Amino acid sequence: MPQIVTANSLIEGDVVFRTADGGWVRDIDAAGVLADKAAAEAAHAAALQDVKAAKVVDVALIDVTAEAGKVVPVKLRERIRAFGPTVKSDHRADLKPFTA
Amino acid sequence: MYRYDEFDAAFVHERVAQFSDQVVRRVAGDMTEEEFRPHRLMNGLYLQLHAYMLRVAIPYGTLSSRQLRKLGRIARVYDKGFGHFTTRQNIQYNWPALKDIPAILGELAEVEMHAIQTSGNCIRNVTADHFAGAARDEVADPRPYAEILRQWSSIHPEFSFLPRKFKIAVTGAAHDRAAIRVHDIGLEVRRNEAGEIGFRVLVGGGQGRTPMLAREVNAFVPEKDLLAYIDAIMRVYNLYGRRDNKYKARIKILVHETGLDELKRQIEAEFEAIKDGVLTLPADEVERIEAYFAPPVFPERPAASASFEAARAADREFDRFARVNLHPHKTPGYTSLTISLKPIGGIPGDASADQMDVVADLAERYAFDEIRVSHEQNLVFPHVALDDVHAVWSVLKEHGLATANAGLVTDIIACPGLDYCALANARSIPVASRISERLGDPDRQEAIGPLSIKISGCINACGHHHVGHIGILGVDKKGVEVYQLTLGGSPDETAAIGEIVGPGFDSDQIVDAVETVVDTYLKLRSSPDETFLAAYRRVGEAPFKEALYGA
Ligand code: SF4
Repeated sequence: MPQIVTANSLIEGDVVFRTADGGWVRDIDAAGVLADKAAAEAAHAAALQDVKAAKVVDVALIDVTAEAGKVVPVKLRERIRAFGPTVKSDHRADLKPFTA
Repeated sequence: MYRYDEFDAAFVHERVAQFSDQVVRRVAGDMTEEEFRPHRLMNGLYLQLHAYMLRVAIPYGTLSSRQLRKLGRIARVYDKGFGHFTTRQNIQYNWPALKDIPAILGELAEVEMHAIQTSGNCIRNVTADHFAGAARDEVADPRPYAEILRQWSSIHPEFSFLPRKFKIAVTGAAHDRAAIRVHDIGLEVRRNEAGEIGFRVLVGGGQGRTPMLAREVNAFVPEKDLLAYIDAIMRVYNLYGRRDNKYKARIKILVHETGLDELKRQIEAEFEAIKDGVLTLPADEVERIEAYFAPPVFPERPAASASFEAARAADREFDRFARVNLHPHKTPGYTSLTISLKPIGGIPGDASADQMDVVADLAERYAFDEIRVSHEQNLVFPHVALDDVHAVWSVLKEHGLATANAGLVTDIIACPGLDYCALANARSIPVASRISERLGDPDRQEAIGPLSIKISGCINACGHHHVGHIGILGVDKKGVEVYQLTLGGSPDETAAIGEIVGPGFDSDQIVDAVETVVDTYLKLRSSPDETFLAAYRRVGEAPFKEALYGA
């Protein structure tokens, strides 16, 4: 199963994803999709360097499906991390829930 | 009300400065996450699913308008415009950035607030009855004692590295609204025959993976011995509590494994050794602290209010609010008023920055500047004149804060669950919202009567599901959310741990299952006065089981 590398940005705390060229972005569709174990391990190791460099924390490899440019985590927990809470905010109309 | 002293102020400011420096060093990469984590946790800062989460202590759930306005401001400036009140009478911010934490802590310190001891294996925020100092059935205000315990336990060197976190709750009335039987130590203020104040002391309650009810270790500890006695308990726990296994480290396990009699013996032996020493509470010190909690001066009023009764007669909706959300006050002509943070279909415990401002303004104008946070995740005005209830209600209503459901089936406790919490197995809030929508018809709710639903997203039980009349626990079964139903739990003086009624339900079955339980109760109750809990205790789980799973 394809994987991507995720983390939280150190300063903002936001959920971020590692791109193919080693950047960190909030848009999961821009994540570098890792087709095999070797690629996943290399990306993970590189991401850990960014933990040392105080860019991100809590690095993890997660399983995803990647079709037609849409990257979707397999686990509900990771979908919620990627797309936000499934509850509408009672107080912020712009915080739209997604349907898990 | 209590105003923290120079020592507290100096300490909190020092801590803010210290942590600000640590944040700077962390961001600059001079500190690793491993080095930084214990510091951020000591200051109430967690890393959750989407972001950092800051937990701010609200000692015994008591706030002034000035403090609530500050909490609102922090929500507006540093977060997404809302905050979340928890079952520990705290507030949590779900979206602050690390870089803003020093500024937030600095602002909190301006109103004598902080996030110290909201995390870690120390004595956490001491909680108390949300109607403290107001309830008609109260022996004495429990908050001075909660405050004495807070002062004693704050950064106590001996008790800062306990085997596990430690929670204390105090009630001033025999009717327990503070859930003292599910705390590590539960205290009930009582009077002996001579009229002297003392404490019934219960030890070893807790929820989580191994729910247990606290057991009585002493029926009456005199007021002056409160600290010495609690200290004795803490010493025994510190000595014998297990540090080898996180799941066996709470004092409830020690009570269970040592046996109540032996543990009592150990506590009494420690107590004998330190009794009448430095920890003895001098009467004038108790009085000094009590003075901070002195009730406001209540202008005399007739017990019944003509304007209040007229408003009730004129407006059915207001009449319902008056029936459901008011609680008897000590002083004739006054009442305590619950501001529900459980709008139908909404998120239990969330309040917007604007709502916090509205509540703060109302408190200043009509409620002697006092607000409480209840462990049921609502806000409370402990003191309101009956004459003013209609005016308060009208403003609350404009701001979506007048839901008449205190203690009813939609007054649901729910933990943040998988929508926010890094430890969760399943979602809680959406289940609460759906149940609330299903059962939210006002007439139906009132017909159902007192019924508590409590939902946790994992076995840590922050949503108190073990003591819900109906408890819901979310679990993860091979990547799918499944909800276990427990029945018959109760957090009060008749406390009970709910029993699992049968196999769990999928997310799209759980609301039907809850409705089935409610309808079964309505059919079998002996009269409309027989509450759900009373009926359950009379008939047991069989009829519910049958309704849920067939014969
Ligand atoms: S009960 Fe579990 S899911 Fe809910 S807030 Fe506590 S730790 Fe998180």
